[in-house]
Formats: sequence, structure tokens, C-alpha cells
Amino acid sequence: MSTPLYRVRATKNLVAQVLAVLAALFGIFWLVWIMWTTLRMGVSSLNAALFTEMTPPPGAEGGGMLNAFFGSALMSMLGIVLGAPIGVLAGTYLAEYSSKSWLGETVRFVNDILLSAPSIVLGLFVYTLVVAQMGHFSALAGGIALAFIVLPVVVRTTDEMLRLVPSQMREAALSLGVPQWKVTLQVLYRSALPGIVTGILLALARISGETAPLLFSALNNQYWTTNVLSPMANVPVVIFQYAMSPFDNWHSLAWAGAFVLTLFVLVISLLARAIVLRNKMTHD
Amino acid sequence: MNAIAPTVPDDARDRADIRTDNHFRWLVTSAGVFVLVSLAAAALSMLWGGREAFQKFGIGFLWSDQWDAVQQQFGALVPIYGTLVTATIAMLIAVPISFGIAFFLTEIAPKWLRTPVGAAIELLAGIPSIIYGMWGLFVLVPVLAEHVYPWVDANFGQLPVIGKLFSGPPLGLGMGTAGLVLAIMVIPFVSSVMREVFLTVPGRLKESAYALGSTRWEVVWDVVLPYTRSAVIGGIFLGLGRALGETMAVTFVLGNAHSLTMSLLEPGNSIAATIANEFTEADSDMYRSSLIALGFVLFIVTFIVLSIARLMLRRLNKREGN
Repeated sequence: MSTPLYRVRATKNLVAQVLAVLAALFGIFWLVWIMWTTLRMGVSSLNAALFTEMTPPPGAEGGGMLNAFFGSALMSMLGIVLGAPIGVLAGTYLAEYSSKSWLGETVRFVNDILLSAPSIVLGLFVYTLVVAQMGHFSALAGGIALAFIVLPVVVRTTDEMLRLVPSQMREAALSLGVPQWKVTLQVLYRSALPGIVTGILLALARISGETAPLLFSALNNQYWTTNVLSPMANVPVVIFQYAMSPFDNWHSLAWAGAFVLTLFVLVISLLARAIVLRNKMTHD
Repeated sequence: MNAIAPTVPDDARDRADIRTDNHFRWLVTSAGVFVLVSLAAAALSMLWGGREAFQKFGIGFLWSDQWDAVQQQFGALVPIYGTLVTATIAMLIAVPISFGIAFFLTEIAPKWLRTPVGAAIELLAGIPSIIYGMWGLFVLVPVLAEHVYPWVDANFGQLPVIGKLFSGPPLGLGMGTAGLVLAIMVIPFVSSVMREVFLTVPGRLKESAYALGSTRWEVVWDVVLPYTRSAVIGGIFLGLGRALGETMAVTFVLGNAHSLTMSLLEPGNSIAATIANEFTEADSDMYRSSLIALGFVLFIVTFIVLSIARLMLRRLNKREGN
């Protein structure tokens, strides 16, 4: 039975499997460590003032991140409002109107590249496009920078979700004489809606933690402002500046912000997943 | 049975529908073209923003190691070197680990464990990079500085040839740390792509191999991997694209030092970290222009890497008949 060849193969197999289990443990080890640190440091620095007070000046005690939370919420909304509609339309073009044309293939290819392009590059792009022209940093520029990150995510998911809609539905509607735009708006969008919403949620999860593009567009602001044409505080940039500072109070605020941010991103991603799952179940 | 009166073609309504159809087609096509334009505009705007630097320093910008805001002399060598070194370290760690994770999740782990662990890894890929950076700075750097780097310096620092890589003051900040943090960030990405493409291998291929008495390792190495090779390479390049362009995770732990050093233990700089650290402090047009020129270089490099990734990933899709 156990010829030398067999033994060599069995040993190789065993070694490979042990290494694979170790690799999985190695990966999980770091991720658990990071999550644990965020949880521990975040919860210990969490308090009500975080959500009710403004960012403190250097060296001062106390304070919160109210203005930063507001700024992040506003700029994320701006990013979604500017980016998602164009993304849905472009995704519709890819799924319904481009059918193997060279233009469609090129758009899909470029969109995939935009999807994983470094966000710092998009930040510099918006800097030269908006900030340099206006002459100052602004929340509007921040929203535009985020919109360029939202765009490819929404294009991709809309494209995929529309292509999942069975072609019988299109054909049935078209054979009744319904014009194509009406088929798209009233049949396809209705059927693909959960998928499109998922895409928008994933985009929201992605932009809420983006730091680099906001460094060159919205920058930061120690004070409360609702003026979209002025620099505005936002959670990621505040975390960045506070974490890099030498002040203990700023460090603990940065941890609290990081904890809230991580929690938010995880909840949104789970929500997106739940929508997909529920939709799958009702369809099966 | 009442016969339905033959419908008279409603010309006005048909024409309105056709008009709306054309408008809608035009609308969605221009949205599609907008995607193309935005990528081209991003490239051109950075070329435009960096024009002063490119005009003054020419192509030598790429291999000059000067970075002097006072003398207005800028060169990209140190950041480019740092970006390449940190990304290489990250991929050297992340690729084998990710392959192991994908192997574990598709062949070894019990069924009930596969979905939750796979989902957890995908969720972790979505954690903002600034969290990785903060953890790196406050938790990993002190641990490495106190416990790991002194040991590395003492044991490997004197070796011939490679000794230079592992010697230096154990600050904790540096290229090695940045590479490690990048690897931790990239692992969820690469492993979830690998897991996904491994799952596309038709069951009958694997079952045939098992039926012939193959071990799990032989199935993965000789059946699954050859079948998915192009997509696996695509996934690796996707991870590389992320490692090259990652900003926040690296900025925290790289040390922001403009010096060319062999040692992985010493602080360095990368393209993204240089831009993030210095952009808001850039006080002259030439300084700012040089930083945007750096961004342009990063854009071109990642564009090439990501194009390769997408072409490789697409090949598997074609084979599946999508």
C-alpha cells in the first residue's frame, strides 16, 4: 500500500494543508487584532460629547466631533446625489444599449480601472479641476471628489444587476409595444431596484472612510459651518490630523471617531448584503 | 365575442415614443461617455497641474533623488523607490497567504465554516484604510520597535549582501512596517478574488481528479490553478494596484523621510504618502506642481497595472462563456 511515491504525495498534501490553515490563521490574526484595538480604544474614548461638541483646539481638553460628523454626512450625500444618477444611467447604457459595441466595451474597461484607481489620484484631479479654479478648498469640491468614487461602483453594480434581469421580461414588454425607455424605467429598474440600492449603499460605505481625496478638496475646519463653499471638517481628515498630532486628547478623539466610522461602514455593508440575500430568496 | 376594432396607428403617440426613446438613448450613452471622459480628464488635469515641474526638470524628474523645497529642486526617485519597495514587500507576504486562505476556504474548511469566514474576509476588505494606518502607528510600530526589529537587526543585520536590508535603528517606522501593513490590507482583497475564481472551476473537473485518487493539494495545484491562472494573476495585479496607490495606511507608518536607503528598518517615503503629507503645506507653485506631477506618475503606473489585471480577469470570463 504505502509505496514511497504514495508517501511523498501524502506528505506533500499534509504539509500544504497545514500551511493553508496557518495562512488562514495568519490572516485572521491581524484582522482580529485590528478590530479588537479599534473596539477597545474606541469604546474607552466614547462619550456623549463626541456627538454634541465641536472639534477642540490643539492641547485643549474635551470636545467632540459634531462638525466633522455633519461635514462627512453632508459631503457623502453630495457625493451620492452627484455620482449615483450618472452611475445608474451609465450602467443602464452598458447593460441595455451598448450590446457588444466597442464603445460599450471601452466604457466597461475604463470603469473597472476607475473602480480600483487610487483615490488620492482622484483627489488631485478634483483639486486641479475645482479647488484651483475656485481658489480655495470647499465642501463642494469634497462632494465632487467623492462622487468620482461613487460613480464606478454604481455603474458596475447597475450593469451587473440589469444583466441579471431575465430577457423574457424585456421581450414580453417589448412585444406588447412598450417603447424601450418605458421598459427600462418601469420594468427593468423595478426588477433590479434592490441591486441598484445595494450598489449605492456599497458606494456610501466606501466613501465614508475615504481620506486622501478630501485632504485636497474639503480639507478641514475647526468650526461649525454649513456653507458648502467653505472648507469643512470631516471625520476621516480629522482622524488623520488628530492621530498624527502629539496630544493625548486628540488621540482619544481620533480613536472614538475611528470606532464610529468602522461601525458605520460595517453596518452599511451588512445592510447591503442583507438586501441582496433577501432579494435572492424571494426570487428563488 | 366582440371583435376588437382594428387599431388605427396613433401617429402622434408613436412619434412621441420614438422621440423619447432617442432622448433616453442619448442620455444613457452620454452618461457612459462621461465615465470615459472622467478618466481621461483625470490624466490630463494632472499632466496640466504638473506641467511646471515637467517643463523645468524634464524626464530627469523621474530619477533625480533631490527633494528640496527651499532650493526648489524636486525629483521623484525617492518616492518612486519607496512605493515600489513597500508594494513588493506587501505582495511577497500577501500572495502566498491569500493563496493559502483561498485553498483553505474552497477545499479544506468544513462547509459550515466557508460562508461565514468568506463573508468576514469580504467585510474586512471594506474597512477604511485610515483604520489600518492608525492601528499600524499606535499598536504595530511600538511592538516592532521593541520586540522585533532589534532582534532582526542583531540576527540578520551582519549577513553578507542581504544584511543591509535588515540593519538600522529599530524605530518601528519604515519601509518594512509599511509593507507589512499594506500586506494586511491587501490580503482580504486578493484572497476574496482568488476564492471567487476558484469557485468557478467546474465541479466535474475537480471530481474527476479526486476520483483518480488525487490529493487535495494536487487538485488545487494541478487542476484548479491551471484552470484559473489568468484570473489569479489578475487578482494579484488588482492587489498590486491597491498596494501601489494606497495612501493613508502607508502615510502613518512610513516615517516621511526623503532619503534613499537600502534598509527596510529605516523611514522612507512613497508617492502617495509624499503627496498626502506635503500637499497642504506646499507653499510654492513649483512645489505643488511637483507633487501633482508625482500623482501623474502614480496614475500612469497604476493604470498599467490595473489594465493588466482587468485583461487577465476577463480571460477567465470569456472561457466561461460570459
